[in-house]
Amino acid sequence: MTWAALLVAGVGCYLLKLGGLAVPLHVLERPVVQRVADLIPVALLAALVAVQVFAAGHGLALDARAAGLGAAVVLLVVRAPFLVVVFGAALVAALVRLL
Amino acid sequence: MRDPDQPELTAPARAAIVRDSLAVGLATGTYGVSFGAVSVAAGLSVAQTCALSLVMFTGASQFALVGVLAAGGGPLSAALTALLLGTRNTLYGLRLAPLLSWSGWRRAGAAHLLIDESTAMSVTRPSTAAARVGFLVTGLSIFVLWNLATLAGAVAGSAIGDPRTYGLDAAVGGAFLALLWPRLRDLRTRIVAVAAVAVALGTVPLSPAGVPVLAAGGVALLAGVLWRTGDRRPAP
Repeated sequence: MTWAALLVAGVGCYLLKLGGLAVPLHVLERPVVQRVADLIPVALLAALVAVQVFAAGHGLALDARAAGLGAAVVLLVVRAPFLVVVFGAALVAALVRLL
Repeated sequence: MRDPDQPELTAPARAAIVRDSLAVGLATGTYGVSFGAVSVAAGLSVAQTCALSLVMFTGASQFALVGVLAAGGGPLSAALTALLLGTRNTLYGLRLAPLLSWSGWRRAGAAHLLIDESTAMSVTRPSTAAARVGFLVTGLSIFVLWNLATLAGAVAGSAIGDPRTYGLDAAVGGAFLALLWPRLRDLRTRIVAVAAVAVALGTVPLSPAGVPVLAAGGVALLAGVLWRTGDRRPAP
């Protein structure tokens, strides 16, 4: 089941790329399409951050992950590279769990 | 194909594009290590992790798929979340199609390399020749490095025991935030982000894992359809 889902999603992601290169321009020229398409990644990524950090089963929790996210925010504010942000968040969460 | 309207691509200009593209490729490709480690931590096998990087090859969707699975979501909602995030590559394609002007099997091959970074390194070029160099060098170098790094991260990740000891669950949140960060550039996107967080956290207690993220996608749909004021400048 996991294999099927990841292969379908993978091929689907490829077709989404190909569709963009192949579809006539006028589809994108509708402003409402542009606005929605621009905002979808924002909404999804924000929701993924929240769920990944604050959800615990069917409840919400404030734990070491939140400390890791705080570290990520600080690193992003000082314009650290992607890898530093990711591993910085991991390091701080791991240290908080050690305490 | 030489278009007389376009500036010629000189050797030094080509070399500069290749150099910049390789630097971006190196910087981006290596963070496949974090994807490999996170994916194995989410319960996927090394083979599944590598298959994702080979076939899907678009970082945010890959992180999203394993993130939803790690949170206990079903494969269907994981796949849907990955596909929704993948729609932005469609937009990149629409923008790049006239510039790259490939067709047939070349277009089909190029489509696989169509990601954030290859778009960024080609969309601003003054000619088709220059855009193709930026697109191909960036896309190919990331593809090779991303897949090698994924394998390295997955193998290392599966050897280290419980990933939470190392904070890898927090690393996923950090990765998503880093992907989101550059998009929080104006008031509208910030409001949408905050609303999406509220919807997602509000639906966590009420719905199966994976659904809160999709519900938050509805915020984008609603905001995009209803919020007509302050029309945006042409996208970068």
